[in-house]
Amino acid sequence: MSSGHSDKSEIVFWQGNEVVAEAAIAAGCRFYAGYPITPSSEIAAVMAERLPEVGGTFIQMEDEIAAMGAIIGASLAGKKTFTATSGPGFSLKMENIGYACMAEVPCVVVNVMRGGPSTGLPTALAQADVMQARWGTHGDHPTIALAPAYHREIYLCTIKCFNYAEKYRIPTMLLLDEVLGHLSEGIQVPDPSEYEIFDRVKPSVPPEKYFPYDSSFGDVPPMATYFEGYRFHVTGLNHNRTGFPTTDPEICQQEEMRMIRKVMKDAEQLAEYEEYRMEDAEVAVFSFGSTARGARVAVDEARKQGIKVGLLRAITLWPFPDRKIYELARQVKAFVVPEVNLGQIILEVERASHRDMPIVGVNRVGGVPIPPGEIFNKIKEVARDGR
Amino acid sequence: MAVDYLYYLRADKLPHMWCPGCGVGVVVKSMIGAIDQLGWEKNDTAVVSGIGCTSRAPGYMDMNTLHTTHGRALTFATGVKMAAPDKHVIVISGDGDATAIGGNHFIHACRRNIDMTLIIVNNNIYGMTGGQFSPTTPYGAKAATTPHGNIDPSFDLAQLAIGAGATYVARGSVDNARMVQKYIRDGLAHHGFSVIEVLSNCHTQYGRRNKMSDPITMVDWIASQVVPRNKAEKMSPEELQGKIITGELHRNAERPEYTDEYRKLIERVQAKQAARAGARP
Ligand SMILES: Cc1ncc(C[n+]2csc(CCOP(=O)(O)OP(=O)(O)O)c2C)c(N)n1
Ligand code: SF4
Ligand SMILES: [Mg+2]
Repeated sequence: MSSGHSDKSEIVFWQGNEVVAEAAIAAGCRFYAGYPITPSSEIAAVMAERLPEVGGTFIQMEDEIAAMGAIIGASLAGKKTFTATSGPGFSLKMENIGYACMAEVPCVVVNVMRGGPSTGLPTALAQADVMQARWGTHGDHPTIALAPAYHREIYLCTIKCFNYAEKYRIPTMLLLDEVLGHLSEGIQVPDPSEYEIFDRVKPSVPPEKYFPYDSSFGDVPPMATYFEGYRFHVTGLNHNRTGFPTTDPEICQQEEMRMIRKVMKDAEQLAEYEEYRMEDAEVAVFSFGSTARGARVAVDEARKQGIKVGLLRAITLWPFPDRKIYELARQVKAFVVPEVNLGQIILEVERASHRDMPIVGVNRVGGVPIPPGEIFNKIKEVARDGR
Repeated sequence: MAVDYLYYLRADKLPHMWCPGCGVGVVVKSMIGAIDQLGWEKNDTAVVSGIGCTSRAPGYMDMNTLHTTHGRALTFATGVKMAAPDKHVIVISGDGDATAIGGNHFIHACRRNIDMTLIIVNNNIYGMTGGQFSPTTPYGAKAATTPHGNIDPSFDLAQLAIGAGATYVARGSVDNARMVQKYIRDGLAHHGFSVIEVLSNCHTQYGRRNKMSDPITMVDWIASQVVPRNKAEKMSPEELQGKIITGELHRNAERPEYTDEYRKLIERVQAKQAARAGARP
């Protein structure tokens, strides 16, 4: 993450949700469609207020399925678009998220995670949708999901989500949780010089030579905009490079592999993380989102007691920081994985470690943050007996 | 002047995937005729659909075309139109697509009154998936999932559209292509959300199970049920039993159109902003 400071800009106190909305506008988003749901609703409220000011469009749809459809349609008409929701709404969006993957339409989906399954704990935090973010829609598909932990980072990650959506022609995900969404924190709004803005690559060829999935231009083919003379076809059916349906097994396989490859070949650059006191660590805490704030406190506490522990904080959850975990698994003797769910991202740590070693979770699902003391106790336990 | 249909079609995508004699062909032809009459540019027109036999239509049309998910065409179309309010957006959908899985989007699109046109090809059945009953399958009819006869009450789609607030509503039937084209043209020209229901034949999935397995028998059956509105007005309730009224059924030029309203909202907000900026020292 960029961390340059600009003394010129003032400090503002914003909720995480407000940060998302303001960053979206800074990223060039000019279309929002949504359906109210706690704890994400403030994002819609700010967008409803701000978008008309910049000539953009806000629309409240009849449900989350509709909101997802609307942002895909508006993206095809050339806008940078997003929607925000929480668990139940995230579930409803899944079919059209898959559509955006298949049709390769850029858009951003924000999920401010709350407790659940089902209606669950509407006003309380969870981090239990991380696997849904990766696998929630059916079929194989690429995923980029960012999970920032601090408000400045939320701002910059929101912009990155728009950039990645445009760059890879996919729906990207920003995962916050109730604590981050509602926590007000002073931030210095990043200056435009601190981040880049990426716009989708448009075709360089005339309409008669244009194919919407023409991989001769690379794994991310240039994307035309409706009403600009290209008159292309978009479908959620498997299709060939022309965009029209096909059932040819070879073509279907090649195209699906390209859709995954276009993201995964950049997996290492995409998988951002922050290392804290990891240099000589023998125990690694792996965490993300608001839980990582508490994990950091626990690490500091344990260090005071002479325990060699550090924090690996994932900023990108998908693609997962496989290589970093692999390397760390050869440095440390154990991982501690606190997360506000009953053990989801820990499965990825186990997988990526490629090593039979102690990897232990600290889990809560009652809607409250994991107290740093619980993480600290687990660090101590693992440091003592390797378990 | 004769319409050059091929100009509007993607000739290289033909032959189409529909059964010979399927009513959807009449609707696509009428759509093209209406677009041609209005002189709409292909580049300025988007055709959006959901999933089903009917929903394959956009693929054959040489415009900005969008084949979406089952029932959700109107939601995508809403995004396209709100992002490009000066362009034309037409949605074509089946009875199941528009009013079962897409029923919620349907009534809300009517309520919002965005300047788009929804054409529903009502063949009273789920054609594509093999003839399961739909929200418009008549009482007693046979379908793959009503082997003992349908007991589900059916929707009157035109009335549903009127009740939900659509500002132009018409019903035609494939036995009278000329009128179908007229209603589509009037719907396209109307500034607001328009719904054109077209009674159509799926002889393959509906007819086959209900003693009308060829298109002619089935179109005759449709023709035998429809009564034009002006004629119906002179008929008694008894005479109208089992009849379906066709024609322009509703028109309201008063209700504000949504993209106009949103444009005005932007103007209001920006004027306030400018005033605020001007007032600052
Ligand atoms: C979410 C979802 N559910 C079910 C289906 C299966 N499906 C495809 S088309 C269809 C019904 C189509 O009926 P209708 O809309 O009347 O169109 P027709 O084929 O009759 O023109 C169904 C149920 C699907 N594609 N997606
Ligand atoms: S199955 Fe029915 S609706 Fe589908 S193409 Fe054949 S006749 Fe038409
Ligand atoms: Mg049907």
